[in-house]
Amino acid sequence: MENSKTSIIRKVLMALSGLFLVIFLLQHLMINSLSVINPDSFNEVSHFMGTNPAVQFLLQPILIFGVILHLVMGIIIEQQNRNARPIKYAFSNAGANSSWMSRNMIISGITVMLFLGLHFYDFWFPEIDIKFIQGDMSGMLEGETDFRYFKELQHKFVSPVRMGIYCLSFVFLSLHLLHGFQSSFQTVGFKNRKYAPTIEKLGNIYAVAVPLGFIIIALFHFINSSH
Amino acid sequence: MSAAKKLNLTLKVWRQKNGNAKGNLETYPLADISPDSSFLEMLDILNNGLIDKGESPVVFDHDCREGICGSCSLYINGEPHGPARLVTTCQLHMRSFKDGETIYIEPFRAKAFPVIKDLMVDRSAFDRIQHAGGYISVNTSGNTQDANSIPIEKEDADEAFYSAACIGCGACVAACKNASASLFVAAKVSQYALLPQGKIEAKDRVLNMVKQAEKEGFGPCSNTGACEVECPKGISIENIARMNREFLSASITK
Repeated sequence: MENSKTSIIRKVLMALSGLFLVIFLLQHLMINSLSVINPDSFNEVSHFMGTNPAVQFLLQPILIFGVILHLVMGIIIEQQNRNARPIKYAFSNAGANSSWMSRNMIISGITVMLFLGLHFYDFWFPEIDIKFIQGDMSGMLEGETDFRYFKELQHKFVSPVRMGIYCLSFVFLSLHLLHGFQSSFQTVGFKNRKYAPTIEKLGNIYAVAVPLGFIIIALFHFINSSH
Repeated sequence: MSAAKKLNLTLKVWRQKNGNAKGNLETYPLADISPDSSFLEMLDILNNGLIDKGESPVVFDHDCREGICGSCSLYINGEPHGPARLVTTCQLHMRSFKDGETIYIEPFRAKAFPVIKDLMVDRSAFDRIQHAGGYISVNTSGNTQDANSIPIEKEDADEAFYSAACIGCGACVAACKNASASLFVAAKVSQYALLPQGKIEAKDRVLNMVKQAEKEGFGPCSNTGACEVECPKGISIENIARMNREFLSASITK
């Protein structure tokens, strides 16, 4: 138990929850991309994800636990980071030895978390309200025969301000992942000379492609909505 | 032989009477410094001038001046051991600086490295980490087996040697945004973990050394890689991944 209080264990929990969120994000992007390729499929998958008991009552709590664990560990570690150097340098040239992304994970992380708050406000809270408070599990609006999910998605990408916030948040997510992906493997001890180049390349591709994918999908709906 | 152009510099040096006193950056103009002189020689010249004026000389750590003892430190222009790579401050030469340049000289800063005076810090936390497990227990009664009689794979022997090249100067701590000692601890853990002699006490070693580092107040590792870049001996952060592996496996089984 004593070992679990060490920063290595905390960082490992941070890394594992981060890698779990990396997998979740990929799954989220795949579903989002259906909204561009085939809105009917998007509706069906969304309905399945929103009403399937295994997804709702097993995977969703695990996901929320993962997000909270990642956030709480991040804050605890950041506090520990700051305590370790009470007097700062008068002159620092940190850019000479490390990337901005690696030094500012807390900034990119908090930005992503703030976005997540907005995302919950936009999508998750209304979903919980409709399904579990109003008790409407049909996935349809009153008097309609089509699923509501695609229409709701389109509706959220009308405001240019929302679009701006959305895109900027994903830029920060990209910055977070550019360090976080490969750093997770290093923390769990998986990175060595043999695997490092592959992990770094894969991490860079993921960190750029996945957030860019979310941005492109959002822009697609935004542009469509303005016509 | 044509003499290289002498340098006129402005030094901003951290002065602090003792660990409890409040320190501040003092400005010292310094003229006619040879680009061929070492950084510590430049500080010697500054100190001679201060002594001549009846002022207190700047206190800084130094010993071998050959880059192998790990005594010298200094955070120079925002980097431990200055802007050059794979060198300690004693091997840094003034040719790395420009005429008219302002040079900031600060002590290595970490909660676990308290300032003793001026630029000298107490790095005994590293000694205590070593005492916690940075050794192998060997019976020296006269029956000790010759280490060379145990076959060791060349790659492992080389890796252990590279890790053992750590001189414990503390540049990794100074460079790290979290003042983490992970590279130091990882190098000391690795140099034994890779060899058969070290495997016997490997679990206790990694657990005790990591815990001691935390107790000393060093921060967590953010994997920024700054330590590896600034390490005068080029110790790789691959050692940190190895230390984490060792720590995780020891935590589960011990």
